[in-house]
Amino acid sequence: MQAEIISAIVASLIAFFVVLGLVPPLIKQLTKRNWVVKDVNRIGGAMIPRPGGPAILTGIILSEISLYFLLPADELITKGIAAILVTTSAAFVVGFVDDRMVLGGWFKPVALAVAAIPIIALGAYDSNLEFPLFGAVKIPALYLGVIIFMIPITGNTINSIDVMNGIASGFMTIAAFSLAIALFILQNYSVAIMTLPLAFASLAFYKYHRFPSRIFPGDSGALVLGAMYGVIAIIGHVEVIAAIALLPAVINSFLFLSSVKRIVEHRQIKNPTTHTDDHKITTTKETDAPITLVRLIVAGKPLTEKEIGLTIFRLAVFSGILAIITAFLMEVKTWVTL
Amino acid sequence: MGHSLIYIFIAAMWALILIGGAVLVTLVAQISVEGYGEQLDFLIGSIIKAAIAIILVVIWVLVLTKMKNKIFQKQIKS
Repeated sequence: MQAEIISAIVASLIAFFVVLGLVPPLIKQLTKRNWVVKDVNRIGGAMIPRPGGPAILTGIILSEISLYFLLPADELITKGIAAILVTTSAAFVVGFVDDRMVLGGWFKPVALAVAAIPIIALGAYDSNLEFPLFGAVKIPALYLGVIIFMIPITGNTINSIDVMNGIASGFMTIAAFSLAIALFILQNYSVAIMTLPLAFASLAFYKYHRFPSRIFPGDSGALVLGAMYGVIAIIGHVEVIAAIALLPAVINSFLFLSSVKRIVEHRQIKNPTTHTDDHKITTTKETDAPITLVRLIVAGKPLTEKEIGLTIFRLAVFSGILAIITAFLMEVKTWVTL
Repeated sequence: MGHSLIYIFIAAMWALILIGGAVLVTLVAQISVEGYGEQLDFLIGSIIKAAIAIILVVIWVLVLTKMKNKIFQKQIKS
């Protein structure tokens, strides 16, 4: 147990301080190359450097590699770390391409599905789908489909909630810590420790991404966070718990898809929100604009960007608590399964 | 008021996930087919289970869509 505690501390520190240290020079480099985008919600429309993905990925890669050396030698741990490294790096490449070029709405889901293949190739999964209270279902063939769908879903879900300052990184910090706690409750210590770099890299990035943002994660950053979250859900056999911790972002995607009714690149749709005279964010009057979580939040009354972020974080904490309760329920067996 | 409805929607989604899991484990997983040979039995059984699982997901999405329309009708119209 002592080795696990040391691994957890070292990996967390590496992830946190590498991201914390890399973002300022990255901001300088991006600004110098004029890789900047307009912050549409800021008064005056400041130009913000993007993407922060390279810093997030570096922090995660270095801390996961440290875990390979620090955790006890075990085939499952090696496969898990390899799956995280390969799939997360592939998701970064997909996001980086999308950061630099405008691609069709189908590009990211299909490319992320391809990025999920290494998980299958490495055999870093268990085909039992665990449910609370009632046990597991064995779905060997169907589970391959779950893997192929999981990474595009988690990647795009985090990407689609990256709409305002600090939301993607702050939301992922809360979701990843919730998932880590759930894994500790389920005594899946090695995967819980592998989750900590995601939580601490997100937390460090949040320092620069929070309102008023000094850098945006871009698609490369958001897809790294979302894809790694998906890989952890698979290798930790906590797919259902991971989905529950992500519910506010899932709702955002669900509302968007059920109003747009097709997979479309976000640049191609009308903005669901607009600004009031005092620069608060309010719902648009455009009837054909998509319904999103932010639009619902500001439907009652206009809010500032910071207030919207805090509302989403409270929703994330709520679903994180539901995920932790679900982890406890996993340990409870009903009469049906006894 | 508006935000509390979002919490209710999240709680409802959570409950639907738990109920869906219960149906899958206690009913769908128990389905078995016999009489076509060992391999074909397994294949037919898997196809039936997969089809039911997909139907359950479709029902889940439809229920959520109905709930969304009911819960958020006022906000969306505003």
